[in-house]
This record gives sequence, structure tokens and C-alpha cells, in this order.
Amino acid sequence: MAKPVPGVLAIFEHIDAACDAIKSLRAQGKRNFTVYSAAPNHELEEALGVTNSPVRLFTLIGGMTGCLAGVGMTFWMSLDWPLLVGGKPIATVPPYVVFMFELMVLIGALSTVTGLVLLSLTKRTTGLAYDPSFSDDRIGIFVPAGGETGSEIERIVRDAGAVEVRNAA
Amino acid sequence: MAVIAHDPQHPNQTHAEVTRDVVNTLGTADRGYFIALGVAVLCFLVGIGTFTMLLKDGLGLAGYSPPVMWAVYITTFVFWIGIGHAGTLISAILFLFRSPWRTAVYRATEAMTVFAVMTAGLFPIIHIGRQWFFYWLLPYPNARFLWPNFKSPLIWDVFAISTYLTVSTTFLCVGLVPDIAAARDKMRGWRHKVYSFFSLGWKGTDNQWRHYTRAYLYLAALATPLVLSVHSVVSWDFAMSIIPGWHGTIFAPYFVAGAIYSGVGMVLTILIPLRKALKIEHMITDYHFDNLAKLTLLTGSILFYAYAMEYFIAWYSGNPFEQETFWRRAFGPMWWAGWTMIICNAFVSQLFWFRKIRTNLTALFVISIFVNIGMWFERYVIIVSSLSNDYDPYAWGQMTPTWADWGILLGSFGWFSMWFLLFARTFPVVAIQELKEMIPMPRLRKGGH
Repeated sequence: MAKPVPGVLAIFEHIDAACDAIKSLRAQGKRNFTVYSAAPNHELEEALGVTNSPVRLFTLIGGMTGCLAGVGMTFWMSLDWPLLVGGKPIATVPPYVVFMFELMVLIGALSTVTGLVLLSLTKRTTGLAYDPSFSDDRIGIFVPAGGETGSEIERIVRDAGAVEVRNAA
Repeated sequence: MAVIAHDPQHPNQTHAEVTRDVVNTLGTADRGYFIALGVAVLCFLVGIGTFTMLLKDGLGLAGYSPPVMWAVYITTFVFWIGIGHAGTLISAILFLFRSPWRTAVYRATEAMTVFAVMTAGLFPIIHIGRQWFFYWLLPYPNARFLWPNFKSPLIWDVFAISTYLTVSTTFLCVGLVPDIAAARDKMRGWRHKVYSFFSLGWKGTDNQWRHYTRAYLYLAALATPLVLSVHSVVSWDFAMSIIPGWHGTIFAPYFVAGAIYSGVGMVLTILIPLRKALKIEHMITDYHFDNLAKLTLLTGSILFYAYAMEYFIAWYSGNPFEQETFWRRAFGPMWWAGWTMIICNAFVSQLFWFRKIRTNLTALFVISIFVNIGMWFERYVIIVSSLSNDYDPYAWGQMTPTWADWGILLGSFGWFSMWFLLFARTFPVVAIQELKEMIPMPRLRKGGH
């Protein structure tokens, strides 16, 4: 088990209350807090100021790599062992488009998932306080803090409408 | 018959109820489930037994008889691949089109896709004769650096099917992760440990959702053209040849429509008993079945048109070989198979013009069985009847399927059902997080966002 991170865990039942808390925390200059929710939510994303995920670069680069791999594989292998079929050219584009397309989709999809895993690992989740209700019907905000800052944060989330506030570790 | 809910597009439940009802479908099963699983495993064992005999004695056991050297195995291969298409259409294409009715049904259909493609993928291997050399299909550096013929549609198929299996499995698994995490948080004891492992540390943090939603969108965007391409490639296995009845330029869209039609048929066959067995009738409602039936009507009508066009093209071409093939489809030795296909696909689907039939589950279930039968026969007719009489009447001949054909066909249904049944009790068959995305969360203050 990872060492627990000290901080404040606020549990919300209402979406607008959670968004208010996020906005207040951001207004106080807090950025390193974690928001838990059972499903993605546009209001939360807006309050958090979420920008586009770079996962699209993985898709783009994976797809292009796959397509080029399709070109390279078919042309090189055809020319490496020339096989004359029905008097058609040895290496030719139309039938090879199938391979370019399939490999674009295959490598594009696999690299998208790789991107998802790698990017999700960029922000730690181990050791952060969590409650099983977050995958059910509650929204959680965990702010790493201790001492006086902790009580200030507690006040902010309570004012916003948290139904429960816990001090972690 | 239940009455369609007031606002069917939005689930009439709270977030907590969605989690509870879906998680309740997991775990301890009743006797009926084990009987169904037992029957599935038994059918699968029949398939294994038949395959063992094929390995031992060779393909001579199946009903191949010149000139019909593609028969029941290839028919069943195309049948299962087709089944897979409805799943990806519903999960990926309707996701991109933001169609709200897909949410409650897409997980079950996506799982169906994966297991159907897993089943289909076995058939070319069974059919190739020396099954232990199946890897010769792949481009790998062998002793003499011989490469596959990339101009052959059969090699296109190898790439299309393996890509489809990989991408649809990936799409299913990515969708499952947050739902497994939701199940994990409701479980105790060893189940909690198992679901914790498969949830891959998912906590639903803002960072995870930020990347997840985008990744899911791009996977759907990649899967969308893929689903259309896969059955087009399968159709080119036939259309690229010069056999009368196969050499048609309409084959790609004709096969894609047929695939979706057969897939939606199978979705109906599976979902109607499944929602009752898992007690999720309030989640998968008449509204969803109505839409599935409309999809069946649309694709069934495209098939109707395609069948008519095939006959029209045969007549208009002035080609006697093409004309003879289509004449024999309707009035030759296989007339019964030809008419089964036309009645089950073109005509039966037209019943869905009536709303009463679209929302009557008994009627839907019966029609879905006709769809399954009709679509199997469609492939049987296209493959066997076209091969049995091509250019030279001297070489014409019929084939009769043998026990080895039926054994493998039965085994494929067992293999598919076994995986689906195991899935349905182990993983959430309704997408928890996507349903929750559609249900507004409670607010402290009045007024919307």
C-alpha cells in the first residue's frame, strides 16, 4: 500500500455544490486537488477548466505509423519475392489500400489505449483518500493539505455544500 | 405489454439505482443459468469432438464435393462475422451520432460482437485443411522469405478479421473498466479483490476522465470505418472472383447491410431473454426494442433492394451464365434454400412497418429467429449455389452437408453462447457510467446548467 497523503476529502451529493467548491478552490490558487465522479460531467469539466487531452496525438501518430507500415510491408514484401498474378503489376496501390487501412486502424487503436494508460499514470491516485460512493452517486474532492490550510479548505468545501468532510491521515 | 415510458430517452432512475440494479446482475446465478451454460458447453464439446475427427481424418469428412469446395464452414464464417457487425454499429457508430437509445443496450451488443468474431475467426482455420499450418497466412520471415500474396482477398480478410477482433475487444475492455470499478466498490471479500484487479486502479478522477472520454471517442472513430470495411472485405472474398452469382459490384454494401441485419437479429434473440433473466426490464425497455426493430427494418429493406437488384443485373447483363445461376437459385435444386433466404430476410423484415409488432416482444423474438435462419441461408445460397453451377455444365454438381458440417456448426453456437453466458454473469451487461452520464445529477439550487 502506498503511503496515505494527508489532506481533506469532501463528499458532495449535488453537482452545483461540487462545481462551486472547485471554483472557490481554484480562486484560492489551489490546482493540485483531485475530483472523483462516477461519470464524466460537463459542468465539472467546465469548473475545472479541463483542456483537450493529448491522447489524440497518440491516435494520430499511431494511425499514421500503421498506414505507413501497411505501405512498407506490402511494397517491400511484394518486391522482395516478386509474384506475378494474372499479369498485374508486382507492387500496386489499389489492393494494398486494404492493408494500409487495416493497419492504420489497428495501430491507431492500440496506440490510443497506450496513450490513455500512460497519460492516466501522469497524475498519481495511490495514497489519495477515496470513498466507494464516488463510483456510485457522489462527487468527491480531495485536497492535499495539512494544518491551518486544511481547516481553511474544510471551510470552503462546507460553505459550498459538502455533505461530508473528512480529514485524511 | 408494458407501455412505453413518458420520456424514454432518459432513464427513469437515479445514479444509485443504476449501480445497484446492474451490480445485482453479477454473482450468484440460478439453476436456469447453469442449465443454459451446460447446454452451451455440451454443444461446444460436440464441436470439439468433430474438429478432432477432422484433424485425424481430414476435410473429406465434411460434405465438400467438387465443384463445391467452399460450403458450410465458410457459410458459417460469414454468418458469425456478420453477427458481429451490429455490435460495433450500435456501440461505435451510434455513439458518434449521439443516439441516446444505444446506451442501455450497447454493452451486451459489443460483447456479442467480440464473441461472434472469436467464433468466426475459427472457421477459416477449420476450413484450410491442414489447420496446424494456419500461421502460413501471416507475413512472417520464414526459411525462404516467401511472403503472402497481398493481391489475394483471402489475405485481406486475414488482416481485416484480426484487426476487427483486436479493436472490438479493446473497445469493449476500455468501456468496461469504469463499470468494473463501480462493481468493485459494491463487492466484499474475494469478489472485491477480483474486481479490484480488473478495474486496473480506476478511481474516476478528473485526470482519468479527461483522457478516457477522448480516448473512447477516438476508438469509436476508428471502429466506425472499420466495421464498414470488414464486411466489405469479406464480400470481396467472393466478388473479386469471376464465379457467376459472386462477381457483383454491389457486394460490399449488400454484405454490410446484411451483416447489420443479421447482427440486430441476434441482438434481439439475446436481449429479450437476457433482460428478463437479469431483471433489467426497466433498463432495456420497449423504446430500445422499437429502435432495434427499426434498424432491422432499414437493413432488411436494403437487403430487399439488393436481392431485387441481383436479379435485375442478372437479367439486364444478358450474360447467360449469370442468368442461369439466378434462375437456379429460385427454381433449381436449391430452390428451398433460395426462397428461405428471400422470405426470411426480404419479406419478414417488412412486418416491422407496424409499431404493434415492433413493440411486441414475442413477435420480435420469433422474427429474430427467422432473421438468424434467413441470414445463414443467404450465405449458404450465395456460396453453395453459385459454386455448384458455374460455366461448364459438365462440371456441375451438388453438395450435401454431413454430420461433420452440422457438428462444427452446433459447436460454434455452443462456443459463442458459452462465452456470452460467462460474460453476462461476470461483467456488467449494461454500461453503468454511460447511463449515469445521461441522468442529471441532483442540484442544491433550482434551475439547470
